[in-house]
Amino acid sequence: MICLTCPVNTRAHSWPAGAKLFALCVFTLALFYIQSVAIHIGILAVTAALYALPGKVFLKSGLSQLRILWPFVLVIGVWHTFTGEYYEGTVITLRLLSAVAAANLVTMTSRLSEMIEVVRILSSPLRRLGLQSQSMEIAFALVIRMIPVLVQKGQIIAESWRVRTRRRLGWRILLPFALVALDDAEHVAEALKARGGLSTTSKGN
Amino acid sequence: MERNIAMIALFTALIVALGLVPKLTLGFGVPITAQSLGVMLCGTILGARRGALAAFLFLLLLAVGLPVLAGGRGGLGVFVSSSGGFLIGWPVAAFVTGWITEKWRSPALAVVAGVASVIGGIVVLYIFGIVGLSIALDKTALQSAALVTAFIPGDLLKAGIAGLLTSAIYKARPNSVLSRTIPQRNSQIDLHKQ
Repeated sequence: MICLTCPVNTRAHSWPAGAKLFALCVFTLALFYIQSVAIHIGILAVTAALYALPGKVFLKSGLSQLRILWPFVLVIGVWHTFTGEYYEGTVITLRLLSAVAAANLVTMTSRLSEMIEVVRILSSPLRRLGLQSQSMEIAFALVIRMIPVLVQKGQIIAESWRVRTRRRLGWRILLPFALVALDDAEHVAEALKARGGLSTTSKGN
Repeated sequence: MERNIAMIALFTALIVALGLVPKLTLGFGVPITAQSLGVMLCGTILGARRGALAAFLFLLLLAVGLPVLAGGRGGLGVFVSSSGGFLIGWPVAAFVTGWITEKWRSPALAVVAGVASVIGGIVVLYIFGIVGLSIALDKTALQSAALVTAFIPGDLLKAGIAGLLTSAIYKARPNSVLSRTIPQRNSQIDLHKQ
């Protein structure tokens, strides 16, 4: 499964994912209390330096993740040029960039297995309330199995549409696609049951 | 139990798969992705609780760093970006859509599912989205609302598709539309105890 963890190994990869997530929460919260442009520029510079430290490949894949922000930067730019509040506009843009960049940094340096472990630990109090984290883990695995299956089935249906007509693919293929997908889910459910099913102490979810 | 989990996982995967559908661009240049159609369908087909769980599971996958959003985006960054409010609103939107579909039974299912998608997938979702935008961009709620109006026509179209699709699926596979097959939650629990 493709994952957004960066293949370039950094020292931060070995830090515990939970600690990185906690630090990220504190960092993001703090960003909202800082109103000075100078401090925001400093923070963004430090974040950029962190991206640059592990080398070119890391920096490049990090920057490509940030490209999604440019429409918002543009909107904010136009908006604040229009209202004349340049200082505020700069603070907002810098804050948005630092917040997203820092969060992506955590994603890039944390392995999928570690993040899933954090989810498991965080959800353990819910286990006492009756939510079964075991079924959540199975659902996790099932989704990862179903994504490629769905994509493949969608492609088959799209191909059979193209064989029959020269008209463009439209929302009409959604119905056969949904039916094929639903039948697949029913088969998966039967297969799970046939292999002993999930825990018998189920509370009727 | 197994069936619920398989269906929830399917709809989470469906939201991901809909993100791979090429973007449609509306006449006046606003791109729309099909993923919010997936959220509406979670509600109209799975019902309130399971629909919300499917959308929540999607957010978990996103948070642990899988590129499940349209355009291969993902990771923690998207939650603090300007569209984070919309994402956090997805489970609630699916819940409200599902709740209306479960409870409101007199008109045709296409109408109910369509209206439920508008209320859950647009009204409720936009409330979250607008709050998220106004926090991230430091704007008032009204100013943020102005920024998202361009997406409303596309979302109305998706609600219409969700309505028609739900009713068509109900005709072909009545047992798979969980929002309608199980009249009350209690009866389902009884079945399990027997």
